Amino acid sequence: MTKQQANWSPYDNNGGSCVAIAGADYCVVAADTRMSTGYSILTRDYSKICKLADKCVMASSGFQADVKALQKLLAARHLIYQQQHNKQMSCPAMGQLLSNTLYYKRFFPYYSFNVLGGLDSEGKGCVFTYDAVGSYERVGYSSQGSGSTLIMPFLDNQLKSPSPLLLPALDAVTPLSESEAVDLVKTVFASATERDIYTGDKLEIVVLNAEGIRREYIELRKD
Amino acid sequence: MFRNQYDTDVTTWSPAGRLFQVEYAMEAVKQGSAAIGLRSKTHVVLACVNKANSELSSHQKKIFKVDDHIGVAIAGLTADGRVLSRYMRSECINHSFTYESPLPVGRLVVQLADKAQVCTQRSWKRPFGVGLLVGGLDESGAHLYYNCPSGNYFEYQAFAIGSRSQAAKTYLERRFENFVDSSWDDLIKDALIATRETLQGEKLRSSICTVAVMGVGEPFHILDQETVQQLIDKFELVVEDEGPAAEPDAAAAEEGAEEGDAAEQGGDADQGAAPDQGVAPMEI
Repeated sequence: MTKQQANWSPYDNNGGSCVAIAGADYCVVAADTRMSTGYSILTRDYSKICKLADKCVMASSGFQADVKALQKLLAARHLIYQQQHNKQMSCPAMGQLLSNTLYYKRFFPYYSFNVLGGLDSEGKGCVFTYDAVGSYERVGYSSQGSGSTLIMPFLDNQLKSPSPLLLPALDAVTPLSESEAVDLVKTVFASATERDIYTGDKLEIVVLNAEGIRREYIELRKD
Repeated sequence: MFRNQYDTDVTTWSPAGRLFQVEYAMEAVKQGSAAIGLRSKTHVVLACVNKANSELSSHQKKIFKVDDHIGVAIAGLTADGRVLSRYMRSECINHSFTYESPLPVGRLVVQLADKAQVCTQRSWKRPFGVGLLVGGLDESGAHLYYNCPSGNYFEYQAFAIGSRSQAAKTYLERRFENFVDSSWDDLIKDALIATRETLQGEKLRSSICTVAVMGVGEPFHILDQETVQQLIDKFELVVEDEGPAAEPDAAAAEEGAEEGDAAEQGGDADQGAAPDQGVAPMEI
């Protein structure tokens, strides 16, 4: 007598990859625009990036229906915050809110792998990376989604600061300029597109800095 | 109104078929400082007088943004007004979340009215002591509603509530037929003049009034003090320019007087209402 297995799943994986890189006074958040199911493509033109507040942008990969529900919830919560506090939510505040919202559904999770990018209250770039149930950490860079296994090691190689315990002492990584970070993102997605079937079509890049928010689209391989 | 044996609680009718507690609640609205609303086909303007208790304190907030397309001005117990504004904001957010579209004003005022009615039919509650001028936009254009503590609501082209609102209403009654096609500037000018009417002679300054606008393609926002002062100066300036041409007496009065009174009379002349010219130089 074998245990009965579910013949229907409430979840689906729509694929795709997300990346965020924090700089001294900017933050880059990027995601591809391909939405898939199984081995099929649903659309080549779907945005996984959502602006939650003036200085806070979220990119999410995974089950897009859950992602959409999560984005709506956070947008409504942000409206309430603005009405109560008379100001926009800071990125760290939104980071905590996202974590709490995800854990609220600890026993029927949002199938959503998120990276939150923005500027903190001092104007420095900040990136928060999450798992599906809200465990989060502030980091200098992160990637999530189907291509993250290909992207993350490359970002580590380029951006990770060497251990201070090493001898002879190595220089800390030189800070990346905004244009260098954007180029790095383009390179990283071009590579991921080659080997990950769920990543491709177009790349959407959002850059936040003191001047505001800027959006860029780059073509990727469509196969 | 005098005290009587039927006014102790809201669930007691008087022999004449009146609910005195509800009427007393409407009195509370009349005691609050004035709030004015007017609308054109595409815009709604809300204005209110902000009187602080003392020079040391800040003034009460009486105009609230409910959503991008809805705003409310209150008169009466401002604490009750705050609670109702929070309810309105919550309703708008919930509607937007479920239907991905803005809550039509007409629906919101009905919900508000029903909420107010409940408090007139429970022995353990009291009516809200606040009148709300709800301005909003929907598919059919701009709307202005007045919600009473009694649970009634009415739609208006223009209205004023609170203390000395009758002066503003008189001015609005004279001019309301023109409002439908008014421009943004003219609508606000009329709102400011109506506000000035409630001040009974005191000079209108942007520090004692608040003006908010919403319109087609223009989300609700409260005008900042500088803009309001500029608008006040603009129409008072026009008044002084036209004064000498239209009425030499009024001009002489303006040079002499420092009050808004003379400006008011000159203002009447500016409106081009012929009967007012005869009424004008009362102070001389």
